[in-house]
Amino acid sequence: MACAACTEVLDESWGLTPSVELRPEPFGALAYHFGNRRLTFLKTRQLVAVVRGLDEAPDVRSALAAGGVAEREWPAYVAALRNLAATDMIRPIAAAAGEGR
Amino acid sequence: MTTVAHGPTLLEHFEHGLDAPICLTWELTYACNLTCAHCLSSSGRRDPRELTTEQCEEVIDELQRMQVFYVNIGGGEPTIRPDFWHLLRYAVDHQVGVKFSTNGVRIDREKAELLASTDYVDVQVSLDGATAEVNDRVRGPGSYATALRALGHLRDAGFRDAKISVVCTRENVDQLDQLKALADEYGATLRLTRLRPSGRGVDVWDDLHPRPEQQRTIYDWLVAHGEGVLTGDSFFHLSAFGPADGSGALPGLNLCGAGRVVCLIDPVGDVYACPFAIHDSFLAGNVLDDGGFAKVWRESALFAELRSPQTSGACTSCQHFDSCRGGCMAAKFFTGLPLDGPDPECVQGYGESALSTERTVPLPSVDHSRPTAVRQQPVLLQLTRRTDLVAPPLSACAESPLAGFRG
Repeated sequence: MACAACTEVLDESWGLTPSVELRPEPFGALAYHFGNRRLTFLKTRQLVAVVRGLDEAPDVRSALAAGGVAEREWPAYVAALRNLAATDMIRPIAAAAGEGR
Repeated sequence: MTTVAHGPTLLEHFEHGLDAPICLTWELTYACNLTCAHCLSSSGRRDPRELTTEQCEEVIDELQRMQVFYVNIGGGEPTIRPDFWHLLRYAVDHQVGVKFSTNGVRIDREKAELLASTDYVDVQVSLDGATAEVNDRVRGPGSYATALRALGHLRDAGFRDAKISVVCTRENVDQLDQLKALADEYGATLRLTRLRPSGRGVDVWDDLHPRPEQQRTIYDWLVAHGEGVLTGDSFFHLSAFGPADGSGALPGLNLCGAGRVVCLIDPVGDVYACPFAIHDSFLAGNVLDDGGFAKVWRESALFAELRSPQTSGACTSCQHFDSCRGGCMAAKFFTGLPLDGPDPECVQGYGESALSTERTVPLPSVDHSRPTAVRQQPVLLQLTRRTDLVAPPLSACAESPLAGFRG
């Protein structure tokens, strides 16, 4: 891992936002946030596996490993996860408490 | 969007169709209190075969199973269905978010408060001008006041981020800034859509569709306002104003989603490829007769055809094809242009030349307009003087010795 900013994310525990649903599609999945009504596309099945695995994994690093993502691709995946977090599709677990659906 | 991608592009996946629509429009009724001159669904009278409350609930159950996350409910005027508020509740309770379009007639203070307290509901109030004069000419007298009253109730009730939905016409393109200011005033988001020659729109399209220089105004305005204004991806034909490499594309999918990621369920359960294509040529099936919506979506021959590789015909050699992808299917169909040719509003000018050739405009196959004129019905036809005449025509019986001489 070259990028220092990634390491920070890798050690954090993230999860799917409670009001977000994933719908499987041939390319990956659609993610829809019922709260802010944003629709996002997860463009690969591997990314879907990682996102689905976030809740179970103790941190992002383990979710990437469990999703079978090669370590050299981690920076790209961290960037993708950050993009998803920007529209609140996923979020650090501590901040996710208190909202139910 | 995320950036990790391999294999076929997302665009290709969309062109091949998804397992369920992304954007589903459901017109709940053809009944309407207004008679807008450009109504895309030729609404007015209720259809006696309209789906019952139970049948609507079954459709919602199926949408939930298909994970259709939200549905755009329209009409007609959906709120005049007596079971509208029940169906709204039923949908959100079944994880199907609702965005509904209304002219505002039933949005009083009480309903605004109900909407403000309901999650997963979005309201879109139709308004086709920033002033009563411009709006009421196409939507009918009083419709401007009705829409603004509804928006006021929504704001006062604390409903956040309603939408003001505007069909761009020749008469309101100059009001885009005013419309944006109006939306800001009501804490709403502006949504601009394209006028299509669908439904009664075909009768007024020649007079109301934006002139070529106005198309440029719309494009520049949309580029300047970016994602702060919604468009329902309806202006992708304008992307050809940008460079041929597609870098000038507007935000959104930039492709015709008909039958691929978009479709319409009409009030009697007929499924059409797109809300702007209510015509037998684009009828895929019926949710009652053909085994439910999922089966129609996944198995109809029409949708299979729309998802198969399309020929781009006369547009193949155009360097801008990758930007506009030939434009809007419905706009071509209802102006009598070939579906594999240019859009009638092609910004490279190929539409105008296509329109000037011999063509047959298809007859409407579904029309719920009221059979006779009603009070306050907008009539765009106006009596005007012929500009080439300076005096009344000369009668053969004129006796004046100066008859025919111009003074």
